[in-house]
Amino acid sequence: MSKPETSPTGWLEARLPIVSAFRREYVDFAMPRNLNYLWNFGAFATIALALLIVSGIFLALNYTPSVAEAFNSIETIDRHVSSGWLVRAIHMGGVSMLFAALYVHMARSLYYGSYKTPRELLWLTGLGLFILVMIAAFAGYILPWGQMSYWGATVVINAMNAVPVIGPALASWLLGGEGLGSVALHRFYVLHFVTAFSIIGVIVLHVAALHVVGSNNPTGVEPETSDDVVPFHPYYTTKDGLGLCLFLMVYAVLIFFAPDLLTLANNYAMANPLVTPGDITPEWYFAPFYGILRAVPFKLGGLLLSAGSVAVLFAVPWLDRSPVKSARFRPVLRWALLGLFIAFIALGVAGMHKPTGLWLGISRLSVAYYYAYFLLLLPFLPRFEKTRPVPASLRGENR
Amino acid sequence: MTQDADSPPSSPSCPLPERGARRRDVLSTVVVGAGCLGACALAYPFLDSLNGTANTSLGEDDSIDVDISSLRAGQQLVVTWRGWPVFIQKRTPEMLASLRASDLGQRLRDPDSKILQQPKDATNWHRSVVPEIGVLIGICTHLGCVPSYATPSTNDKSGKYSCPCHGSQFDVAGRVYKEAPAPYNLPVPPVTMMSATHVRIGQSKGDPGFSIASIQQI
Repeated sequence: MSKPETSPTGWLEARLPIVSAFRREYVDFAMPRNLNYLWNFGAFATIALALLIVSGIFLALNYTPSVAEAFNSIETIDRHVSSGWLVRAIHMGGVSMLFAALYVHMARSLYYGSYKTPRELLWLTGLGLFILVMIAAFAGYILPWGQMSYWGATVVINAMNAVPVIGPALASWLLGGEGLGSVALHRFYVLHFVTAFSIIGVIVLHVAALHVVGSNNPTGVEPETSDDVVPFHPYYTTKDGLGLCLFLMVYAVLIFFAPDLLTLANNYAMANPLVTPGDITPEWYFAPFYGILRAVPFKLGGLLLSAGSVAVLFAVPWLDRSPVKSARFRPVLRWALLGLFIAFIALGVAGMHKPTGLWLGISRLSVAYYYAYFLLLLPFLPRFEKTRPVPASLRGENR
Repeated sequence: MTQDADSPPSSPSCPLPERGARRRDVLSTVVVGAGCLGACALAYPFLDSLNGTANTSLGEDDSIDVDISSLRAGQQLVVTWRGWPVFIQKRTPEMLASLRASDLGQRLRDPDSKILQQPKDATNWHRSVVPEIGVLIGICTHLGCVPSYATPSTNDKSGKYSCPCHGSQFDVAGRVYKEAPAPYNLPVPPVTMMSATHVRIGQSKGDPGFSIASIQQI
């Protein structure tokens, strides 16, 4: 212990070394020197999640989880509660910002091979976070009890019912015996914030795993000497800080100038169990999975392929047989991965359109390519692909 | 790739920058200051939302109409306006006479209703729009309990209010007696007599600019 125990920091240090732990993990922590701006998106997602949790707590203070009052309480928040419109806009905009950050974060991991040894657990906890975020987003979307809330929940619960063996039991646990009513709404409310707080716990695991194995970098070559690394502060606090300013600017534009850009007008009509809105479209962040669901002409098949599109990601660290991490040195995979991103986006666009004609064709082609990438290209491409020479150190690229 | 498992990548140590360097102190201070300003700006909507609907309902008409045709002289009716208990009394000639009793003035804190606890058209000896009908917000100005109404009896024909919590006493026009803790007269809401048997609470024809939020104390 360097400081005498009489000083306040020394006293604290002897009992709970949080100051030195913080210094070790967030100030002096060794980071690869060559990270690009794609490494900002984990910080973006954390900030978006923090804003979601804070705004969610303040929304919960004014929200009533009952069929009779839910819709009105949201209208009251939007129209009467002081700054309520702003708190709700922060919450709704935050969902889109979080999903956007997560998709870029995951795409970066796929491109630079951040899921490979020794970072498999980082990838798995990240996927766990992604699923929790999806559950929280789905449950949260039901709470305003508008038309899209009600019919979105109806479709998903019926989909759940179609799953053999466990489906009906799960649906029954969620609904509590009766149809989609006050009991179910109350459960979705609890589910919403329980998953939200669980996410914090899993983030702790995710970040702890990151601090054990260290960050990957654009070359995929692990840092070895002190020339390869820089301390987290000030190098990456400033880099994250600059990116964060831009991220928050986009977020602010979404909140203040386009609060209804990503919301659906149908959800500002109260839930009506007698009338289904003419066009059910999911929020943009669920659209690719909805696109898969609609591309398959069998009930169970669509569900399996849609759920499988996330499940297959869990196997990625073991499906990819190539020892080369970064796609920079894998000329074929680089294009194949671009194709995957295009297929995923195409599925999203198709998910927002009626599944007929051209859109149906595009979405089927995209589903086929999505699975082919993970199940065929990742395991078998390394046998044929001629990789570019990997530099000896991560500075090789910058020389 | 095997060396990853043996030696964690965080093992190479960083060339740490010199501590205590002053070159960027101004920049750091400005950045931290701007961050704090941003955090305060962000905190504003959240804290403001804790005010709930208090600041936004003022523009709305929340007046209520009360039919007092069944109210007999000496009785009072309790209705709710803005969540507050509102007493509507029909006063007997004896009650009105007691309000003008000559010895009463010295025993009251504010016999002439000088403190703003009522609209202008109720700033008079009977603290109401018409002498026979009295309307008061039934919240003691001491600590907010609801005073109970002592109906005029053969012993005491004037009637009065006494607060069950700390013994504050009010006359039938809601004026507070000196020997008790309550500091102000009971508030009078804005009232319009629509007809002899019909009272509108929340709007004052005689003092249209009156706002209940502007009184001394509820």
